[in-house]
Amino acid sequence: MLLLGLLAVGGLYTAVVPGNSAVADDAAQSQQIEEGKKLFAVNCASCHGLNAEGGTDGEGRMAGPSLIGVGAAAVDFQVGTGRMPAMQTGAQVPRKDPVLNEEETAALAAYIASLGPGAPIPPEEVYDVSNATEEQITRGGELFRTNCTACHNFAGQGGALPQGRYAPTLMGVDPKHIYEAMLTGPQQMPVFSDQVLTPQDKHDIIAYIKGMEEQSDPGGFSLGRLGPVSEGLWGWLFGIGALVAVAVWIGAKGVKAGRSHSE
Amino acid sequence: MSDDRLPAKPDAHGEDDGYGGDLVLADPAGDPVADPGLEPHEDRITDIDPDAATRVERQVATMFGLATLLTIAFVVAYFAIDKDTVVWIGPLRTNALNLTLGMTLGLALFLIGAGAIQWAKKLMVDKEIVEHRNPVHTSEADQAEMLKEFNAGTAESGFTRRKLIRRSLIGALGVLGIPPIIMLADLGPPPGRRLFETVWTEGIRVVNDVTLRPLRPSDMVIGQLVNGLPANLQELAEEDHTEYLNAKAKAAVILVRIRPDQITPLPGRENWGVDGILCYSKICTHVGCPISLYEQVTHHVLCPCHQSTFDLADNAKVLFGPAARPLPQLPIMVDSEGYLAAQSGFHEPVGPSFWERGERG
Repeated sequence: MLLLGLLAVGGLYTAVVPGNSAVADDAAQSQQIEEGKKLFAVNCASCHGLNAEGGTDGEGRMAGPSLIGVGAAAVDFQVGTGRMPAMQTGAQVPRKDPVLNEEETAALAAYIASLGPGAPIPPEEVYDVSNATEEQITRGGELFRTNCTACHNFAGQGGALPQGRYAPTLMGVDPKHIYEAMLTGPQQMPVFSDQVLTPQDKHDIIAYIKGMEEQSDPGGFSLGRLGPVSEGLWGWLFGIGALVAVAVWIGAKGVKAGRSHSE
Repeated sequence: MSDDRLPAKPDAHGEDDGYGGDLVLADPAGDPVADPGLEPHEDRITDIDPDAATRVERQVATMFGLATLLTIAFVVAYFAIDKDTVVWIGPLRTNALNLTLGMTLGLALFLIGAGAIQWAKKLMVDKEIVEHRNPVHTSEADQAEMLKEFNAGTAESGFTRRKLIRRSLIGALGVLGIPPIIMLADLGPPPGRRLFETVWTEGIRVVNDVTLRPLRPSDMVIGQLVNGLPANLQELAEEDHTEYLNAKAKAAVILVRIRPDQITPLPGRENWGVDGILCYSKICTHVGCPISLYEQVTHHVLCPCHQSTFDLADNAKVLFGPAARPLPQLPIMVDSEGYLAAQSGFHEPVGPSFWERGERG
C-alpha cells in the first residue's frame, strides 16, 4: 500500500513538473555556481578561505569572515558597490567602482547562496520607488529619522564612527543596494530584518532617501548638509569677511589731489 | 567721578573747567607720546576737478537707479516665478524664486548703501574739524553742594543718632529677603518618584517605534537593532499628549541581538535576555540624549552628543566618555502569545544620573 502510494506520488510529480525546462534551469544554475566558484577562488579566497569558511592572516588575525550563510543579498551589496574585493583590510572598506561586472556578481552570489541559506537578492518591485506616494515618503521619513539618522545624518550624508570607521553617505546609492544593506547589515551596520522593517517600510525609507537627493539647496551650496557647523563656518569666513572688506573700503581715504589747491 | 581717565594734566584740580571747557591737551614735556596734531588738509580730485565731480555724481545716481530697478525686479519676480522652479548654476542647484528674490533685494540694498558711501567719500565736504573732548564728571561745585545736602539730611533725620530705629529698620528689610527664597519651592511640583519610574511593567510588550508592531524573537537576527517603545504608550497618546511625551522620553529602548556566547551578563542578569536579544534604555545616562548609533560587530553603542560609548554585550558598561554608569537594562521575556515583553520595569532610574538615585555606579 505504501509502495503504491509512493509510486503514485512519484508518478504524479513527474507528470506535473515540466521535466525538460527544470533540468535546463538546474544545468544553467549549476554552471553559474561553478562559474562563481572560479571567480571566488581568484578574487575572494585569499581572505575568505578557499571554501568561504573564513581566513586568517599570517599572524592568526581574521582576514575575512566566513561567508557561509550570508546569502546572495550580502554578496550583491558588497561586490555591487565595489567594496569587495577589498583593496586592503583596515578600519573600513570603502565604496568604489565595482571590480566585477553584473554577470560575475550574479555568479558569485549564486555560489555563496549555494553554501548555506541566507537572504536572497530582493526582487525589483520591492525597492522600485518611482511610483512612491507623498504619504509613503512622509512615512519613510519618520522611519528614517528613527532608525537611520543616528549614524547616517538627518540628511543621509553619513557620519563618523569611532576609530576611523564611518557611516557612508546614502546619496547616489542604488535603491537595491540600500535595501540589501538594511537586510544584511554590512560591516558595522546593524541588521533591519524584513520582519521588523517590512519590505513596505524599507520601500518607504528608500523613497524618502531618493526624495532627499531630489531636494534643492536654498543657498545653492549644500555645505555638506551638516547644519549649523558648516553653515556657521561659511558665515564666519565669507559673510564676516565681506563685511570687513566693505568696512575697509568705507574707512579708506580716497585718492588725494594734493595740498589745498582751492586755497 | 575722577580725572583718572583724562590725559595727564598736572593742574587739573581746582581749575573751573565744568562743562564746555577747553580741549585738555597732553603736556608735551611729560608725555612720551606727544600730540601729533592735525595732518595738513589735502584736496580730493573731485574737489578741484568739476568733471571728476560730475563723473562721481553720475556713478552715485547710477547706483541708486540700479537699486530702484532691482527693487522693481524683486516685485516682478515675486509674482512671475513659480515657487517650485529649480535652476542649475554650474554645479549648484537651487530654487529660482529664492535665488532671484535674494539677489535682487540684497543687491538693491547694497547699492543704496554703496552709493551713499561713495557720495559721502567723494562729494560731501571733507574738511577736518576738531571736536573737543570735555571732562565728563560733575563740576566740583555741584559735588560739594550734593554732599552738603546729604549730610544735612542725615543729621536732621537722626539716622546715625537713633540706633534703635536704625537697627530695627535694617532687621525689617533683611527679613523681607526670606519670602522670595521660600517661594522658590513653588517653581514647579517636586518630581517625587517620577524620575525612578517608567511606564514599563511586567508583561508590557516591546513594539517597534513608528510602526508599533510587536516583535517575536524569530523576527530578530544576529546583528539586529530595533528602536522600541512600550506597547502601553499609545493609550497615553490619546489621553494626555504632554504626559505621553514625558513617558516616551523615559521609556524608549533599543533591542539588539548578539550571539549568546559573546554576552557576559552580570550575576543575577543571566535570564534578562531572550536567546541573545537584549533590551537597554535608549536614553544616555550622561545628559539624556537618545542613542541608537550601534556598531553590530563591536556591540558598542555611541552617544553622538558627548561620545559616551557603551558595550551592550557587557551589560552596557561605559567604555569611554563622560557617562558615569551603564545604560539601564530592561529584563525581557517571551509572553504567552510568543511576543517579546518586559519581565518587570527598569531596576534603576533611566536617563541622566542624579544624586538621589541612591545606588552603585
